[in-house]
Amino acid sequence: MHPVCILLVLLSCFSVVSSGTSAPYHGIEKYAEEYPLPKLPYDYDGLEPQIDRATVKVHHTGHHAAYTTNMNAALKEWKNDDTSDSLSRSSLLRILQNLQDIPVQYRTKLRNNVGGYVNHALYWGCLSGNQGNRTPTGTVAADINTVFGSFSAFREKFTAEAASLFGSGYVWLSRQSSTSATAKPPLVITTSQNQDTPISEGLRPVLVIDVWEHAYYLKHQNLRAKHIGDWWALVDWEAVNVLDGWWAKMDVKVHEDL
Amino acid sequence: MLASRLFTVARAFPKHAALGCLVPRLKHTLPDLCYDFNALEPVISAEIMKLHYTKHHATYVNNLNITEDKMADALKNGDINTTISLQPALKFNGGGHLNHTIFWTNLSPSGGGEPTGDLMTAIRDDFGSFENFKKELSATTIAIQGSGWGWLGFNPVNGMLKVTTCANQDPLEPTTGLVPLLGIDVWEHAYYLQYKNVRPDYVKEIWNVINWENVTERFAKARMEKLQ
Repeated sequence: MHPVCILLVLLSCFSVVSSGTSAPYHGIEKYAEEYPLPKLPYDYDGLEPQIDRATVKVHHTGHHAAYTTNMNAALKEWKNDDTSDSLSRSSLLRILQNLQDIPVQYRTKLRNNVGGYVNHALYWGCLSGNQGNRTPTGTVAADINTVFGSFSAFREKFTAEAASLFGSGYVWLSRQSSTSATAKPPLVITTSQNQDTPISEGLRPVLVIDVWEHAYYLKHQNLRAKHIGDWWALVDWEAVNVLDGWWAKMDVKVHEDL
Repeated sequence: MLASRLFTVARAFPKHAALGCLVPRLKHTLPDLCYDFNALEPVISAEIMKLHYTKHHATYVNNLNITEDKMADALKNGDINTTISLQPALKFNGGGHLNHTIFWTNLSPSGGGEPTGDLMTAIRDDFGSFENFKKELSATTIAIQGSGWGWLGFNPVNGMLKVTTCANQDPLEPTTGLVPLLGIDVWEHAYYLQYKNVRPDYVKEIWNVINWENVTERFAKARMEKLQ
């Protein structure tokens, strides 16, 4: 094998290995030939007693894994079909931000499966066990108070959206896109249907709840409100601030590149 | 039949939600279930049937009544903003009630096999074979993103059968113009406790409890109405 190829193989192996110790959403911002099912930052029983082991396991190895497989297959088909299409060789983030530029025969499949892959990575990345319904900290906490008046007002609004969403979807807390390298853009609550994501609207999500029935049916059946309560108890505000900072670093990089 | 006796029998009555109407609005109720919760086992578990009927369908019925009450008030007050803002809830809960009412009749413990007579002839005419139709309805239904229903519908304009899908609880006839004959619910609540994420297995098994007598009745009625 050509020495450059050997180097590239080694580098790609390294990036796969290193992604196992980082947040589940790491890697969505850079192109890869194929994307692995992100590793969870906790064991399958790590979210007990709020989210049961069986749910986390099937959610990760059933649903998230299926989105991963289908996404990789659709990306491969698209790349093979049009070797000159640069969007097919961009990061998952860029693809989600430019859905309208995907050829129509691949668009729905990619919207659903890249969305499913990324949305679940973000969902896992905001949670950890034993958080005990802590109130938020850091920059996100301060900005929540600025926009919503108080944490409880924010929590009430977010909860109401999650409870009343029709069908399958997500509720998000996101920042609008940055227009400045220094100022923090405001936070906003939005909802999305199916595997749609606010990333496609140019937003930077920092917190998300999955309200597809598969997220809670084994434990709570039709009682979505109980799932929402459980989820609040698992939100890891440190992880949320880390995700917020991750977006900011990327925006800074974009400005530097410009 | 004991479990279903606990729920009120309902027959469709025309609803009078017009301005200044003095007739009290009749509330929607859960339709009678013609078999026990465990009657569709092993295809659909008793646990799922009980939850699906007593929780999910019942919630659509309750919320439909609430929404219609609010709608009646808004109409009475000439409050167009509220009337319009209630429409998603009306579609969601009204659709949910309509769809599930059809669904329970589409299933039977003595169901399965294949249709006969005029319905089978129509299926062969419009799909080539029963196998083709079954494959198409199954594949289309499995592929639904998120929550929704797969349908066999009757097109009253050209008299043909058609397979299609609707998202969430969007009701078939107002959404597409097709008359609903057979629906397959693929909201996760319809199968998750038993089949988990393996929707294809649920869709494969449900063919064993399809009530072809009911589907045939609906087809005959739709065709008769087209002729009129």
